[in-house]
Amino acid sequence: MLSTLLSVIVLLSACAGKKVMDAGPIKNETSLRGKDILRATLDSPENSDQRRYLGIKENHFVITDISSQVVLVQIFDMYCPHCQKDAPNMNEFYKLLNSSRDYSDKIKIIGIGAGNTRFEVDFFRQLYDIKFPLFPDPDFKISDLIGNLQTPYFIGIRLNKDKVASIFLSEAGGGRDPEIFLKQIVSLAGVR
Amino acid sequence: MSNFRHIFYFLTLLSTVTILTGTITSTCNAFSGAFKDQLYDPGYLKPIDSTPRLKVGQSAPDFTLKSLSGKKISMGSFEGKKNVLISFIPAAWTPICSDQWPGYNIAKPFFDETDTALIGISVDNIPSLFAWTRNMGKLWFEVLSDFWPHGEVADRYGVLRRDGTAERALFLIDKRGILRFIHIGDINERPDLEIIVKAMRALKD
Repeated sequence: MLSTLLSVIVLLSACAGKKVMDAGPIKNETSLRGKDILRATLDSPENSDQRRYLGIKENHFVITDISSQVVLVQIFDMYCPHCQKDAPNMNEFYKLLNSSRDYSDKIKIIGIGAGNTRFEVDFFRQLYDIKFPLFPDPDFKISDLIGNLQTPYFIGIRLNKDKVASIFLSEAGGGRDPEIFLKQIVSLAGVR
Repeated sequence: MSNFRHIFYFLTLLSTVTILTGTITSTCNAFSGAFKDQLYDPGYLKPIDSTPRLKVGQSAPDFTLKSLSGKKISMGSFEGKKNVLISFIPAAWTPICSDQWPGYNIAKPFFDETDTALIGISVDNIPSLFAWTRNMGKLWFEVLSDFWPHGEVADRYGVLRRDGTAERALFLIDKRGILRFIHIGDINERPDLEIIVKAMRALKD
């Protein structure tokens, strides 16, 4: 009887599937890789300027809470040579975006440090003087929602007025020309 | 009824295997594009597979090994001059290792702040180490080969695994040659930078 009961428990556990983070409702998804990242809950930045940049008021948020038409998520790693090399380039991209009258309020960037602790993310930010919000992911809980990936990895998310989200970009690779990258994002996301 | 029971037990066994497979994941969650398609993922390994020999407070064993820079580096040469952090990594061209030293490469300010030299040691031979570390950018620290006699220094430090690789281990030695911090971690996990920085800063006190 006990062995049967244990067997049932094991069977049900197998059927439960992979654990995912708590999140808000997701209403619209594309087939591009990364849609599960929309379920990830992040701690809000302590810096008030960054909270204002994202339009976040609560202590925790999901990507669909960000006040923007488009959110570009960069999955990076402090230990990744390509991410290190790409950091100045990403700063240029952020500077270009933030100075754009057309897009600064419509496209926001965040970085998620795969396998990085808060200490490591803060060090990376200070070393490269990164201005956009960076978040630690010490146990790979967020990056695992995307799957095995190479860093740096970019996910572009389009949010409409009803917070319906769709992925329009999901690919690895840094070294992108900031102006070309911005045009690509505007075009793919249909930013107006 | 007997057939039903057999089928049920089979499904249960299959489910258990499924859970275990999903739980014991590859070490490679996310890896740098610097090593795209070049890494060998050994899968999940026994976290620690050696017997520790050393304790904090003991003298660090001396050694002389050949470095990638062509020099012969002796542990004793740092005495009276620099603290030393030795970073043993299991093997070149594997996921966690490939992301560890590049992180230390940009963390040089912490080492400078605490007057600490960094030595990376692997049981791989010099040509393998040369090819592997080229993907990391220019390294500021010495990389030493503990290839022959194979793993002799790793063994002296108590971190040679039974398969001939080394543990993922850190040894911090002060300017008097005394071991002040030892971390022999789960081979499947990268040690946090913070524990290293804390240990090095503690030497200043």
